[in-house]
Amino acid sequence: MARAELTADLVGRPAPAARRARAGGGLAAILTSPLVLGLALPVLLALVWEAAAALGLTSRRLMPPPSTIFATLFKLAANGDLWEHIWITTWRVAVGFVIGTIAGTLVGAAAGYSGLTRRLVDPTLQGLRAVPSIAWVPLFILWLGIFEESKVALIAVGVFFPVYLGVMGEILSVDRKIVEVGRVFRLSGPALVRRILLPAILPAYILALRAGLGLGWMFVVAAEFMGASQGLGYLLVDGQQLGKPDQIIASILVFAVLGKLTDALLVAATRPFLRWKDGYAPAG
Amino acid sequence: MLRFDQIEKIYPNGTHALTHLSLELDAGEIVAVIGGSGCGKSTLLRLAAGLDRPSSGTVSVEDTVITTPHEAVGIVFQEPRLLPWLDVAGNIGFGLTHLPRAERHERVVRALERIGLAGYESAWPRELSGGQAQRVSIARALVARPKVLLLDEPFSALDAFTRADLQHALLALWEASRPTLALVTHDVEEAILLADRVVVMQPSPGRVFKEIRIDLPRPRHRLDDAFIAIERRVLHALDGSLGLARQRASTQANVAVGGW
Ligand SMILES: Nc1ncnc2c1ncn2[C@@H]1O[C@H](COP(=O)(O)OP(=O)(O)O)[C@@H](O)[C@H]1O
Ligand SMILES: [Mg+2]
Repeated sequence: MARAELTADLVGRPAPAARRARAGGGLAAILTSPLVLGLALPVLLALVWEAAAALGLTSRRLMPPPSTIFATLFKLAANGDLWEHIWITTWRVAVGFVIGTIAGTLVGAAAGYSGLTRRLVDPTLQGLRAVPSIAWVPLFILWLGIFEESKVALIAVGVFFPVYLGVMGEILSVDRKIVEVGRVFRLSGPALVRRILLPAILPAYILALRAGLGLGWMFVVAAEFMGASQGLGYLLVDGQQLGKPDQIIASILVFAVLGKLTDALLVAATRPFLRWKDGYAPAG
Repeated sequence: MLRFDQIEKIYPNGTHALTHLSLELDAGEIVAVIGGSGCGKSTLLRLAAGLDRPSSGTVSVEDTVITTPHEAVGIVFQEPRLLPWLDVAGNIGFGLTHLPRAERHERVVRALERIGLAGYESAWPRELSGGQAQRVSIARALVARPKVLLLDEPFSALDAFTRADLQHALLALWEASRPTLALVTHDVEEAILLADRVVVMQPSPGRVFKEIRIDLPRPRHRLDDAFIAIERRVLHALDGSLGLARQRASTQANVAVGGW
């Protein structure tokens, strides 16, 4: 039992024995479950914060206590605004993610497969990768206008690089012996990429997609800072301009939840493809 | 069936791997290639598989010159090289995607029965033992019905019992369709147990040192006198190929002359 708990701690997941014990309903087991442990710190912080505000130790105006933040959140949710902001932001991330993923996968596969392509495009892309994301904003606005296109483009750029790098790097490190199996069965070009290279890099590819998605959520904020009238990024700017820190913190919380949620969705959606992998345990 | 004609192979780094190598394998013949490590056995098979090209000379299968992998030639490597993301059925059927699904399935199932792994269709490669994985690898090569099957030390990573098992399994599979087999091995017993002819190679650069025909009836038993007699001949040739006979002679000469 003690050992099972230890294992559970080490891998951040309940070991089977620990899970069984919890099903038995021990209070100690509930108190040490990952969910409870994970929530302990933020809840404690919130309580201290709330108490400090109640005792007048902090400025309620600049540092609204959790109760105010949740009230703001509920108000935004109740009048439907919040859902609209969430929806538009998620939609932008989703479209940018899909475009960035497709482009990153195609270019990465071409560069990984063909040395000529790699020598041709990689130096340029590595150079572009070094450009800070915000630097693209004025250019994209000039080229694509201040509406959806420029925002989606910026997010796609953010997603593109980790996916491109992941696909290219992993293809280069695929075991030559496995590639030879493909050659023996007379695969080459796209067929070799599809039937050998892509499956071989799949675990690393999924990690790259998760990194890309994370950057997508980062870049959507940058995108929505540039003249959006809707979206969670807009809520941030609006909160700053109108002096509503509760709205800013509420938006940050929503970002955290959405980021974690979409990552978990991605992990769940890709898990069936990794059944073959020994001991695959997504850090979800 | 499989013909090597005046092969030279010099790798880009300058290693002279094969020289003046000519060899012909008849249809349905089993030829074992033995020789010290580094004498070009794997290189020979890679040329036949179309995975590499000779520097000069030609490899041909039934008058088709081999320069790239060819459907008539299958190969089994020392490691099973199964694709870990495909189950056993997916691995065996990997080269059959041009066939209708039903036919592919039927061939895969039949192959699994032949290699004694009926019911393992949906097992993952990581769930197989070394011997089972190598059986799957052999099945993957054979379901494509090659006329020539190349095997590069296919059993050398297995324990003695599993190896004996697989040697018999290989013979049984060969019986079913009688492809030409080129079996590289460093196990003299294995060569004599399986082959119609043993080709002993000599290193630096690799070439044929000696060919020994094996006319023993099958099944063969390694304790039979005739088996042992041939084994001695092959071992003797092997020593000769490595210059050991010469070395031994000169060591003795030194001892005789020296007397310090
Ligand atoms: N890709 C390669 N590049 C350079 N040298 C090689 C390569 N493959 C094999 N060799 C060399 O060619 C010789 C024959 O190798 P190999 O065919 O693997 O021998 P064997 O299979 O009989 O042990 C060795 O000296 C080896 O180092
Ligand atoms: Mg070898």
